[in-house]
Amino acid sequence: MTNALMASLQPEQSADFPEIGPGDTVRVHQRIREGRNERIQIFQGVVVALRGGKSAGASYTVRRTASHGVGVERTFPLYSKSVDKLEILRKAKVRRAQLYFLRERSGKAARLKEKRFLKA
Amino acid sequence: MRGILGKKVGMMQLYDESGAVVPVTIIDAGPCYVTQVKTLDTDGYNAVQIGYDEVPERKLTKGERGHLSKATAPTLRELRELRYKNAPTYGLGDVIKADIFKEGDIVDVEGTSKGRGFQGGVKRHGFAGGPKTHGQSDRHRAVGSRGAGTTPGHTWPGARAPGHMGNERVTVQNLKVALVDAERNLIAVRGAIPGSRNGLVLVRDAVKKPPKQA
Repeated sequence: MTNALMASLQPEQSADFPEIGPGDTVRVHQRIREGRNERIQIFQGVVVALRGGKSAGASYTVRRTASHGVGVERTFPLYSKSVDKLEILRKAKVRRAQLYFLRERSGKAARLKEKRFLKA
Repeated sequence: MRGILGKKVGMMQLYDESGAVVPVTIIDAGPCYVTQVKTLDTDGYNAVQIGYDEVPERKLTKGERGHLSKATAPTLRELRELRYKNAPTYGLGDVIKADIFKEGDIVDVEGTSKGRGFQGGVKRHGFAGGPKTHGQSDRHRAVGSRGAGTTPGHTWPGARAPGHMGNERVTVQNLKVALVDAERNLIAVRGAIPGSRNGLVLVRDAVKKPPKQA
């Protein structure tokens, strides 16, 4: 549905933003403004879904397990300027695009097998 | 009353300076040409007629071509009139581009809503329909009562009923202009506007929140 006018408005991604995929364990550094102060909040977890491809409204969902085994999912806009940095800590071998099955699992059952010997 | 004709391109998401996501509709706006200027003296009221959408000459009638050549405007398909309180300052053949608006302006957008065909009362007017259970059959989406009985003995004219829905003029008021680029004939407004993609729309100053000096 993209036409030339809309394509010209496509937001730009910062150069050091890595290519992420489902199963990646990532650390999202988000800038949070509190009054006049600005600080960085880190959200670390597994990418469970990518939505919207590369479109301007695309987003990704990160799931982390907080204290007492409570799952927390946050969805970030792919081109969000408030995300200062995104690090990939680990890549996992997964066989589906959306890892929503992790919602029903916890502890050992929620582990993902690491993808090793990656081509750099 | 500033106004410009355009085509709806589609919706997308943009980011504002603070990084917040803004839902916008992209409009391919103008260029429009002033095809006729009406004043109190000549026509009894003040207005500007603007034209949009260049088409091959063969698509227009001789009358239309004559009218446009008088304004030294290209062959245009769509003509609309904008009323003015005072005598308009535009001249014949003036070009109106997207830069008549700027970011932050409040505008109304007028268009033709998508046609829905013949629709029942539930979809068209928000009727509740009938009960889903308790032995009901064929009453789930019925319109119910059409009014009182022997008195008045007929259905009131204008009573809401099933019928044709959509494909009518709809105005969405008080939309904020998110982005303007006259070079690319682009206007982006915050929120949704009526009609399908490629539908003709009129973007004009908001009636209820007019600009400071107009």
